[in-house]
Amino acid sequence: MTSKPDRGLVEFNSEECKGCGLCVEACPPKVLRLSEQLNHYGYHTAEYLGAGCTGCGICFFACPEPGGIAVLRREVAA
Amino acid sequence: MGSFTLTHERPDCFYDRFERKSELQHQTHYCPGCGHGIVHKLLAEAIDGLGVQDRTILVSPVGCSVFGYYYFDVGNVQAAHGRAPAVATALKRSLPDKIVVAYQGDGDLGAIGTAEIVHAANRGEAITVIFVNNGIYGMTGGQMAPTTPLGKKTATTPFGRDALNEGYPLHICELLASLEAPVFLERVGLGNNKQIMGAAKVLRKAMENQVKGLGFSLVEVLSPCPTIWKMDPVEAQRFVREEMAAVFGIGNYRDRTATATPRPARPAPPKLEELPGILGLGNGDRDRLPCGETSAVDYRIRVAGFGGQGVLMLGEVLAEAGLDAGYHVSWLPSYGPEMRSGTSNCHVRLSSRPIDSPLVSQPNVLLALNEPSLHKFLPGVEPGGIVLYNGDAIPEGCGRGDVRMVALPFTRIADQIGVSKAANIVILGALLEATDLVENEQATAALHKLVKSPKWFDIDVQAMERGREEMRKTTMPVSDDYLWGV
Amino acid sequence: MNAQLTKGNEAIVKAAVLAGARGFYGYPITPASEIAEAAALYFPLAGGVFVQAESEVAAINMLYGGAAAGGRCMTASSGPGISLMQEGFSYLAGAELPCVIADIMRGGPGLGNIAPEQGDYNQIVKGGGHGNYRTLVLAPDSVQEMADLTTLAFDLAERYRNPAVVLADGFIGQMMEPVTFADPRPVAAPPEWAVTGTRESRHNLVSSIYLEPDKLEQHVRKLEAKYQEAERRETRVECWRTDDADVVLVGYGIVGRILKAVVEQARRHGMRVGLLRPITLYPFPVEEVRALSRRARAFAVVEMSTGQLRDDVRLALEGRRPVEFYSRVGGNAPSAEEVLAFVEAKFEALRESEVLVHG
Ligand SMILES: Cc1ncc(C[n+]2csc(CCOP(=O)(O)OP(=O)(O)O)c2C)c(N)n1
Ligand code: SF4
Ligand code: SF4
Ligand code: SF4
Repeated sequence: MTSKPDRGLVEFNSEECKGCGLCVEACPPKVLRLSEQLNHYGYHTAEYLGAGCTGCGICFFACPEPGGIAVLRREVAA
Repeated sequence: MGSFTLTHERPDCFYDRFERKSELQHQTHYCPGCGHGIVHKLLAEAIDGLGVQDRTILVSPVGCSVFGYYYFDVGNVQAAHGRAPAVATALKRSLPDKIVVAYQGDGDLGAIGTAEIVHAANRGEAITVIFVNNGIYGMTGGQMAPTTPLGKKTATTPFGRDALNEGYPLHICELLASLEAPVFLERVGLGNNKQIMGAAKVLRKAMENQVKGLGFSLVEVLSPCPTIWKMDPVEAQRFVREEMAAVFGIGNYRDRTATATPRPARPAPPKLEELPGILGLGNGDRDRLPCGETSAVDYRIRVAGFGGQGVLMLGEVLAEAGLDAGYHVSWLPSYGPEMRSGTSNCHVRLSSRPIDSPLVSQPNVLLALNEPSLHKFLPGVEPGGIVLYNGDAIPEGCGRGDVRMVALPFTRIADQIGVSKAANIVILGALLEATDLVENEQATAALHKLVKSPKWFDIDVQAMERGREEMRKTTMPVSDDYLWGV
Repeated sequence: MNAQLTKGNEAIVKAAVLAGARGFYGYPITPASEIAEAAALYFPLAGGVFVQAESEVAAINMLYGGAAAGGRCMTASSGPGISLMQEGFSYLAGAELPCVIADIMRGGPGLGNIAPEQGDYNQIVKGGGHGNYRTLVLAPDSVQEMADLTTLAFDLAERYRNPAVVLADGFIGQMMEPVTFADPRPVAAPPEWAVTGTRESRHNLVSSIYLEPDKLEQHVRKLEAKYQEAERRETRVECWRTDDADVVLVGYGIVGRILKAVVEQARRHGMRVGLLRPITLYPFPVEEVRALSRRARAFAVVEMSTGQLRDDVRLALEGRRPVEFYSRVGGNAPSAEEVLAFVEAKFEALRESEVLVHG
């Protein structure tokens, strides 16, 4: 089975992310998680599972850090 | 298939790097999961979306969000605890076409600053207030806020908030909705995606209202404080959604944006050269004799009576006329409640030399409009001075051989011309007759200046003349060698 | 312009408008209310802002906002209201915002009464708010000075980016004297530090918070340096017949006027008495006081408070000369006669102790 290509993509700024997990909670298709690794400030930063982002942008609004998350989108043929 | 384009990224009105912070300049000072960060983002989105970054001024409070200026690349003013609405009021009044945002916490707005928010709202200040209600004092480490739900333990409610001791959670939107002026009041939450997205819209609307020039807008945001509530961020979000929102109903409490009209623009300021006229410093004055060109005299006058007898006014006429006549003058009233009831008196000096003390403790002219005043001030009159007393005769035990005393029923004389209130001006006439204080013309000019109604002016001119006539009929003990204090 | 018979409180407002002030934020209190009343009339007519605040706390913080926007603005109050404003004074000084506050003093403590007193000296001159700051304090003794020193207060406030206070008492506020007003000045463009909601001013910040001790220390030192400069440059004083004075009377405001009458009368009685009247209370005329101590044998401070001014005279003299003291409070003014009697007694004592060899 070939899945439809993703419309969305998220990028995290691991310098800004404080690992609060609100984006993970917010993401409707549940394609985010907190990393096992600690960044050098000691936070388990958020990361994208790599597939399934719809580009809805909700994680962007849920994130308390100004540049913690960026969301990208593209047109995908129906 | 198109390529990816950015749809949501760090808002432009945030600084790229937080250089006002001393360290960790790439991230905020807020705890992980703090609602302030989310509210900042929503506000930043609204500012960017409306294209008003260049004309926005953010007033930050005292509370965890005291450092709003670390982040927002707009004009920033940091206010004292609770006073952001007052600071914002003056900023907006001074710069009406700028976008002024007051950002406050619940202790800031709902406790110490209650008066300021109520009155800014009640004046309908055309500002936007962002009110972050996290139910607790964050910055100071978890003391009770006015918005702390009942039963909650905090650092200052160790047994839980008890209505009997601490009262009930304060509902700011509801409170402000009892006022006429606010245009927009809404409570939103950050308890889940739907609430957050709703909050984004409402915040934008509250900003847009200001861009449109409408009046006071406030958004109350139920906001998580994971640290103080000792919850993880997701749990704190649930607390907002389930517990805070149960106490504080999410929804709109006022929306008059459809009918509200923008505040009218202030009229254009007058030209510089018009200012003196506006301030009543016109050039229409009579030319005055320069001070010091009168013969060497020093009139130290005390006028006294009961409130309502025109004591202060009489003194003022003397000072005005004296100024016109080329004297140095001063007029000093007794003031306050005394003016309303009881006694009233004033000190007037007309002198050919610059006046040292405007206080007259040893008058050489006493105008006593009632008996208590005579009792009170007669002992201080300088030997040789003049005393005019409003009465048929000098009362028993009030005589002084070394001053020139005249009793005349000034009020009755004023009654004869139909206005007993003009007794003060009848006395003025008598005084002018008895001394060379000022010319009739100068007194008339002073009356003209001070008495706005033409009817009263005519009465006063008549009263002054009657005073002169009555004085001519009496025999004032003369003392030609009296030198008027010089 | 001809001299106009003007009430002290009104003179402040007119002078402020002529000096380019366009913002007034106030709360009524006797005996300062006429200032707010006149401002309510004249500021809007001049194209400015008048707001009756909900309290003095709000008023001083509005002043903070108005000053942050870069305009000349002011407020006015008296004792209890000034007490409420003290946090605001501290913020204004800390954030280096120029503005003018008129304090028309009344009787205290507590509600006291509304009659004239000078009991706000310490809370204004020494600062009643928290932290290391000063306010520049000007003390008019006439209605003309109410106008002139209001103008000067705006200029000094701007020069030093610091609040300036016109400190008068109920007498000076309520009395009328002829005043010649200065010509109107245009409203100046906002200073470059002001937060005016423009692209150019976007990076500006008005704040008094310095989290790190080193930064705050630096800031406090900077303020201190400004105050030291003001001490060098801005001291103003009136010396009246002091050249040959054996006894120098010291008093400010209305007391200065009363003391002039005392000086005249004392000299008629053969006593060489002079008057030093501080016009600036901060900076205090320390050098001027010391200079007079070279000839004068004694100083006598007269005030309508219980030694608040005397303390500064003593500090200035550092024990060089005795400091006699006479005061009336509660709304009573010392009469020229009673001060003369006091001076006579002191003079007698000086003669007896042969301090006055030549007197
Ligand atoms: C006059 C004054 N009183 C008290 C304080 C101490 N103080 C600082 S912030 C604060 C309360 C902050 O709570 P809130 O407004 O709810 O903001 P939060 O920190 O929760 O965002 C208090 C009491 C102060 N700075 N100034
Ligand atoms: S954009 Fe939407 S789908 Fe994509 S990660 Fe964010 S919340 Fe999940
Ligand atoms: S919401 Fe932001 S800060 Fe929190 S984990 Fe996600 S990216 Fe990190
Ligand atoms: S204490 Fe609470 S309000 Fe303050 S930064 Fe931390 S989470 Fe936010």
